[in-house]
Amino acid sequence: MDMDTLLSYEWSIMAPEFTILLVATALSLIDLFVSKNVDRKLFGWFGIAGIAIALIFSFSQIGHEPAMILANTYRLDAFSLSFKILLLTGSLLVLLMGVSFEARGELTYRGEFYYLLLTGLLGAMMMASSADLITLFVGLELLTISSYILAGTRKKSRYSNEAAMKYVINGGISTAFTLFGMSYIYGLTGSTNLADISREISNITPANVQVLLSIAFILTFVGLAFKISTVPFQMWAPDVYQGAPTPVTAFLSVVSKTAGFIIIIRVLISIFPFTQGFEENTSLLHSLMIFLSVLAGMTMIVGNTIALKQRNIKRLFAYSSIAHAGYLLVPFVAFSELMFESMWFYLVAYLLMNIGAFAIIQVMTEHSDSEDVSIFAGLYYRRPWIAIMMTVFLLSLAGIPGTAGFIGKLNIFIGALFSDPSRYILAVVMIGTTVISYFYYFGIMAQMFMRPAGSAAQVRLPVGVTITMVFCAAGTITLGLFPGLVLEFFQTQFNFAEMFY
Amino acid sequence: MDWLTILIFSPLIGILLLSLLQAEQKVTISLTGILATVLPLLLSLVVYAQFHGGGDLAISHQWISFGNGLFQINYELGIDGFSLLLLLLATIVSALSASVAAAQIKQGLKAFFLWFLILEIGMLGVFTAENLILFFIFFEITLVPMFFLIGRWGFVEREKAAYSFLIYNGLGSAVLLILFAAIFAKTGTTNIEELKTIMGSGDAVSEEFRFGSLLALLIAFGVKLPIVPLHTWMVRVHVHAPIAVVMIHAGILLKIGAYGLINFGIGIFGDQFAKVAPFMAVLGLVNLLYGAFLAFVQNELKSVFAYSSVSHMGIVLLGVAAMNEAGIQGAIFQTLSHGLIAALLFLLVGVIYERTHTTKLRSLGGLAKGMPLAAGFFLAAGMASLGLPGMSGFVSEFMAFLGLFESMPWLAAIGTLGIIMTAVYILRAVLGVTYGKTVKSFAGMYDLTRREMIPAAALLALIVLIGIYPNFITHTLQFALESIMLGIGG
Repeated sequence: MDMDTLLSYEWSIMAPEFTILLVATALSLIDLFVSKNVDRKLFGWFGIAGIAIALIFSFSQIGHEPAMILANTYRLDAFSLSFKILLLTGSLLVLLMGVSFEARGELTYRGEFYYLLLTGLLGAMMMASSADLITLFVGLELLTISSYILAGTRKKSRYSNEAAMKYVINGGISTAFTLFGMSYIYGLTGSTNLADISREISNITPANVQVLLSIAFILTFVGLAFKISTVPFQMWAPDVYQGAPTPVTAFLSVVSKTAGFIIIIRVLISIFPFTQGFEENTSLLHSLMIFLSVLAGMTMIVGNTIALKQRNIKRLFAYSSIAHAGYLLVPFVAFSELMFESMWFYLVAYLLMNIGAFAIIQVMTEHSDSEDVSIFAGLYYRRPWIAIMMTVFLLSLAGIPGTAGFIGKLNIFIGALFSDPSRYILAVVMIGTTVISYFYYFGIMAQMFMRPAGSAAQVRLPVGVTITMVFCAAGTITLGLFPGLVLEFFQTQFNFAEMFY
Repeated sequence: MDWLTILIFSPLIGILLLSLLQAEQKVTISLTGILATVLPLLLSLVVYAQFHGGGDLAISHQWISFGNGLFQINYELGIDGFSLLLLLLATIVSALSASVAAAQIKQGLKAFFLWFLILEIGMLGVFTAENLILFFIFFEITLVPMFFLIGRWGFVEREKAAYSFLIYNGLGSAVLLILFAAIFAKTGTTNIEELKTIMGSGDAVSEEFRFGSLLALLIAFGVKLPIVPLHTWMVRVHVHAPIAVVMIHAGILLKIGAYGLINFGIGIFGDQFAKVAPFMAVLGLVNLLYGAFLAFVQNELKSVFAYSSVSHMGIVLLGVAAMNEAGIQGAIFQTLSHGLIAALLFLLVGVIYERTHTTKLRSLGGLAKGMPLAAGFFLAAGMASLGLPGMSGFVSEFMAFLGLFESMPWLAAIGTLGIIMTAVYILRAVLGVTYGKTVKSFAGMYDLTRREMIPAAALLALIVLIGIYPNFITHTLQFALESIMLGIGG
């Protein structure tokens, strides 16, 4: 590749990524040279500013024609842009939590938290935009490796170390699965470029290839299931969520999970709808949906039932987020016209309610010895506004009307029943497990409103985390009452047909 | 003016004012709380006047659009005679129950009223929603405040009762949501009027789908009504929830089940409903007799009336199953009449509990000596409940059975047994408590205070009014009934 081609690329489409890269690099260098006495919280605000700029760049790209650079490996289209905005917003809110986070008995020197979060974000953004298995994999690894370290940043905490260790081992195994699956795809088509693959793969006729492709599909998906913490790779989540610092947990449960869904949609939808399935006139994706639908159902059941027994609030939310990953797979299995809208809207709702809930969990657990749900006892009588905001998040997670979570679930339902064939069983499993989830969400609310105040531990409300909480609560309610604000923006600005080649 | 929206969300004013008050200002809080429920009462009277003045109250605004206009959900409200009467019932019972709560709730009155007013928004919305999704949203909104009202302010086993309420009703609304989403996905609309035409004729959906839908409706509203064997949660709530909340629950929330069955079950799936009517009648019979029998063997006042509610809801089912004008009218009358009677009975049970701190039949007796007025009201409410002529209970039972004798005489004949049993268990409970032997004398017994007198007198007046002049209800109900009859081809 010579200089001329390099210069001829429309580099501006990577402006958000460059911004993040620049800030992350600058922060890591400054961290080396600045004296240890300088408060690293400044880094946090610097990072927040960087993400804000990247968000502005992203919004300015809306309406841009689909474009590819770097020899068709990097792609800007409605799909990547709409999800990048989610990733950036999520990271922004997590960083706001991060600057307010003070773990007890830990070193205050922790500049690495901020730039590792940014590199993780950069990896996630690359995943959203990549049009090639290699870039996709590089982005995935960038995100994953940053997350490994982030999970272990509480150096003196046994749980944090355990979390990082478990995360690395599980992550390594799942990455191997994904890579193995991808190698089949490469073997069959001779290319790593998604556009080439989707063209080549529809020309492959021999019947025995279907078996190989099915193996590729299953292995790739199973490996990626790790990122979104669905069955069969959900076991790491509770331990890692519990051990990691709360802002990191929020990052893993929202940004990293969103990235996981992005890569699943991108890979599976680019390749498998165009291949012959097991029956006449059906695609392989269609034929293998039963496999995904079983996994989605099991994920919802496992997440929601095991959550019932949890006393540790962060473990409880780990299972809750497993359950939500199951809900998010439903529109993908249904594969109706509403698919992208359902997933995108639910991810928006999930981002707001989950980050909001983690912000409150951070405030509550920061200065307390315990992470037991009883720390919420009588919260309404001590800090009514925190209790009310937590109630909003919990109601939204439980899918009660008036909140964004309900609109998201409704959208998923209609899509699941509208699709052909209607996914009745999956819809029933989804709503049945939702009712089960009432038990533990309302259990936390019962603590806040019905129990006498337990510990009198002081609750501190620094600026950053307060902004996160208020923003998320306001967003959750606004989208619950006027979902049109976001849905219309999505429907008019993003045309997902252009993600196909 | 968009009176319906103003009516539904009028409790928000109370919520706003209450949230500005400090928890210590008890008197101001109870006054604000009561006034906040009087406002919707006044507004519902305005709506009543508008309705009879021929004003058009229906509204429709675009609200949500899924899939770029593929699925459109509107914010649309409207009322017919039936829902108007239930609206009035809801605002009246709410206001009365708020005044009871102000006297009886000792702790956390502010939070109580906040939840209470949210509950009222949900109830008012349920009866005015013109499409299924909106109906569901308001239906589900009643769930959350009820959970807290029971769990925080109830009696001994309050949290258990709260969870039991949450899970049964959660499952009920889960069934409802799947049904509504399926109807939406299949027909592209959730507007009730449009669905009546789509489901009534045409072949937009298969016959199996219609039967499946009806079955789902029966389960969902059967939990609410409740239909035996889905009633256990309801008994628990009646026994362990605070009295003011039980008034709302027995008086209004259970009526959502009847409203749903009549409005959606018969209204949308009339033909299919006609085919399962005998089955419904049997269910009604089971409710009636089983409820009455269990009410007879209870040793505790609140359980007696809880099972009495089960039994009385059986009459609603019987009336509906008759599938003729008299029967359905009887079912609607029973819905309204039982709302008032149950509210009055539980109000008085609350009064008795406050003086004696027990509701055990064993320890209560001869209360007429210490509190003659309360005993008098209690006796009157009991008489209304067993269907004494001149009270609302008589009119509704009479019409329901009249309808049933026309279509299923044998079942109706068995059903009359229930009326006898009702008399037996009501007299056993009420007579013993009021005029029976004095078992125990309670210190500090006093009669109804003025604050308790007003709601009791208001409820009794309405019960008697319906009993001697039922026309004012039939008058409002006329068109609603005609359109229902048209739907079932009667």
